[in-house]
Amino acid sequence: MKILVCISKTPDTTTKISFVDGNTKFNYEKVQLIINPYDEWYALVRALELKEKGLAAQVSVINVGLADSDAIIRKALAIGGDDAVRVNAEPTDAFFVADQIAQYAINEKYDAVFLGKETIDYNGSQVGGMVAGIMDVPFISLASKFELNGNVATAERDISGGKETIEVTAPFVISCSKGMAEARIPNMRGIMAARTKPIKVIEPNATEKLTSVKNYELPIEKAGCKMIAADNVEELVRLLHEEAKVI
Amino acid sequence: MSVLVYVEATDGKFKKPSFEAITYGAKVAAMLNVEIHALCIGEVSDDELKSLGNYGANKIWFVKDERLKNFDPLVYAKVITQVESQTNSDVLVLIQNFNGKAIAPILSARLKAGLISGAVDLPLMSGDSFTVKKNVFSGKAIANYEMHSAKKIIALTSNSIAPVATENKATVQEIKIELTDADFKLKVKEVVKASCKISLADAEIVVSAGRGMKGPENWGMIEEMANILGAATACSRPVADINWRPHGEHVGQTGLTVRPNLYIAIGISGAIQHLAGVNGSKVMVVINKDAEAPFFKAADYGIVGDVFEVVPKLNEAFKKFKSGN
Ligand SMILES: Cc1cc2nc3c(=O)[nH]c(=O)nc-3n(C[C@H](O)[C@H](O)[C@H](O)COP(=O)(O)OP(=O)(O)OC[C@H]3O[C@@H](n4cnc5c(N)ncnc54)[C@H](O)[C@@H]3O)c2cc1C
Ligand SMILES: Nc1ncnc2c1ncn2[C@@H]1O[C@H](COP(=O)(O)O)[C@@H](O)[C@H]1O
Repeated sequence: MKILVCISKTPDTTTKISFVDGNTKFNYEKVQLIINPYDEWYALVRALELKEKGLAAQVSVINVGLADSDAIIRKALAIGGDDAVRVNAEPTDAFFVADQIAQYAINEKYDAVFLGKETIDYNGSQVGGMVAGIMDVPFISLASKFELNGNVATAERDISGGKETIEVTAPFVISCSKGMAEARIPNMRGIMAARTKPIKVIEPNATEKLTSVKNYELPIEKAGCKMIAADNVEELVRLLHEEAKVI
Repeated sequence: MSVLVYVEATDGKFKKPSFEAITYGAKVAAMLNVEIHALCIGEVSDDELKSLGNYGANKIWFVKDERLKNFDPLVYAKVITQVESQTNSDVLVLIQNFNGKAIAPILSARLKAGLISGAVDLPLMSGDSFTVKKNVFSGKAIANYEMHSAKKIIALTSNSIAPVATENKATVQEIKIELTDADFKLKVKEVVKASCKISLADAEIVVSAGRGMKGPENWGMIEEMANILGAATACSRPVADINWRPHGEHVGQTGLTVRPNLYIAIGISGAIQHLAGVNGSKVMVVINKDAEAPFFKAADYGIVGDVFEVVPKLNEAFKKFKSGN
């Protein structure tokens, strides 16, 4: 089985969010970019575990992004990816990204596409389902466990109102959430090996633009926290009822 | 033209997120001066279906097919696109829950329709421009998205709009969909229904606790508070990681995002990754013995105190309030 793992770059989780150009662009200055945690911790590591068990022959990494993605791609290779491809384009919207990934997966005959459940910057939860829709293959959404037996996958996933175990035959697309695997830190050997692993750069397909960000806003600041004495909990109950009107 | 809203029933009953989605769809339909259709897949009584009309749906369609008992997003998307074409809908509204997150992007790819997942407000329309607000950067900012495609899909975040009751003039009708056995590629082996009485993702009140609770044996008072308030329980990540609480309760950047009307955080420090999953809550209450805990900066109401003293007293006060109501 050939697995394609999709990784995106995202600001580090502790980044202070600000915007430039009249609130139309995210301010990348002094921002550290990391691999989106779901992609790294769950999608990539689970794919590598399958390879180590001899269940997958190849684990490739794909990113849609400009050259500033190379650092995160190298990291994914250091963790253990075999090879990488970068689609040389600024990701404009989820459909654009999904279309690039789906076309590549079809052309290169990947059996499974692994993604994170969502990016922590745009919180879309979109690319995975779109890739499945374009490829017309089953979509295992929000998976927290995944096992492979030849070409047959068993996965546990979240559905509205509970969890279920499903079975599906490759090819398929899977979006990964917590529980799939444990995060790994690249070791020295991995880092050295990554230096010589190939990163192929390809140009994007033309795709229609379905959405774009017009501008950003920061949330309205809270009025401040009203403090209530620990021995006056009745006052909290009263405020929640009369002032906040939430109980 | 019309607006089509896809809703789901749980055990044959619609819950608040469905009424919110219908209300949302009705308001969008009013802006566009078109009809609003609702679609439900599965076994639901006529009366229950008709109840969607209370929130503005004009026509309510249902699809019955034994094979749709199990959730397969690819097949559900196929059903919805057929209904979309039969009802000539240009705007589709879904709920941003686990199933909605799986179906909406497939629909988007199929229909070449722009998708806003996690919308938090009604669209703004002026001339050709159609923009929708959604939270980004884990709730630390809001983005206004412009939709360029003719067809548009909006997946609505729960608790973003209050359901509004109207006069019910709805008709209920079955709609025939063509599906072949080859469409069903996903086999469901086992279903485990969520154990908590109230689903965390949709709860209006969430009582959440962190490492300040010291150990799993102390969660009785947290569950008691949730019981009194009709709330769901949640926890911080370390608490789930050390198995004090089930993983499904973990909220935050790497867990579930919740957006209740009231979030009560007990013995949680308020790390940025935790806040990322909860700062969309309308009102936040923080109980922490450390007056410097970062959570107080994000909170609306705070009590500095020991949970083992404050929570039992607060439970008594909530109980008294509830029995007086
Ligand atoms: C990439 C990344 C992702 C993460 N994702 C998440 C996530 O999704 N969700 C999440 O929650 N965390 C997440 N974390 C972890 C997060 O940074 C914090 O470590 C975590 O939220 C802390 O949990 P806590 O507040 O329960 O524990 P602590 O930080 O240990 O805080 C316990 C709090 O309880 C208070 N306390 C102690 N005893 C008492 C008492 N008797 N009475 C009253 N108060 C008391 C203390 O003052 C303290 O403020 C993530 C971290 C990283 C690096
Ligand atoms: N630019 C990108 N390049 C490669 N993969 C991506 C990119 N953007 C998103 N993805 C993948 O799609 C998943 C879901 O992203 P999103 O729909 O944006 O929340 C991510 O977790 C990644 O696995």
